[in-house]
Amino acid sequence: MSLFRIFDIAGSALSAQSTRLNTVASNIANAEVASSSAEGVYRLRQPVFAALLRGERGAAQDPLPGVQVLGIVESQRPPRVEHLPGHPLADENGYVYFPAISTVEEMANMISAARSYQNNVEVASTVKQLMLRTLQLGQR
Amino acid sequence: MSKLIDAALGIHPKALALGARRLEVLAANMANADTPGYKARDIDFRSALREATAARLERTHDRHLAGRAAAAEELKYRVPNQPALDGNTVDAELEQTAFAEAAVRYQASLDFLAARIDGLRKALRGE
Repeated sequence: MSLFRIFDIAGSALSAQSTRLNTVASNIANAEVASSSAEGVYRLRQPVFAALLRGERGAAQDPLPGVQVLGIVESQRPPRVEHLPGHPLADENGYVYFPAISTVEEMANMISAARSYQNNVEVASTVKQLMLRTLQLGQR
Repeated sequence: MSKLIDAALGIHPKALALGARRLEVLAANMANADTPGYKARDIDFRSALREATAARLERTHDRHLAGRAAAAEELKYRVPNQPALDGNTVDAELEQTAFAEAAVRYQASLDFLAARIDGLRKALRGE
């Protein structure tokens, strides 16, 4: 029954979106972590999604892709520099380095990820109901 | 005998299979709502069902031409209303409503099939 494949597809999307939620949580948690050098500062992490094509259906039939996380990239945005001579992590010139993370951007990203996650949960539960009803077909 | 049952069930088994396929396509669209470069696709249900039920020449020999047997579930790309900068053409709201519609159609096919099976059973019992 081809409905079974929808669980694979929706499941891969759930896993990808939860990876995205994880990176958002990590970004927000580390948004204010100070560092004494530009190299040691936390960098914004973001997952890269790609369509996951399965080979099992063959090249002739059009395969329906799930989602995979190709990897997590670190942003190359330069860190935010503040002049705080009294800070325990200040370098010899009195500068402290903070990650270039916008909490507002991350919150928007989180809402988008959560909505996509909900969509896919809805898909999986609808398909589950339909499958159960299909199994009951002809039982009376 | 099995041909008789096939005739009694009518178009509904094919509609059910096609409905399941369409649900699969729409689920893939929704799963890839955030994938860069993904293009949303759909099945034209009416023409696909017409092709699935149309009389087809059977291949009884290897050297016969294959015809367009696979065309029944041809996927078509959706025309995007507002494509994203990353090349993704999935409109999540549109896909959601299409999925809900496809789910209801699938349930309708199930109900029709159940009624036909019930009728067959009654006819066999002779009640």
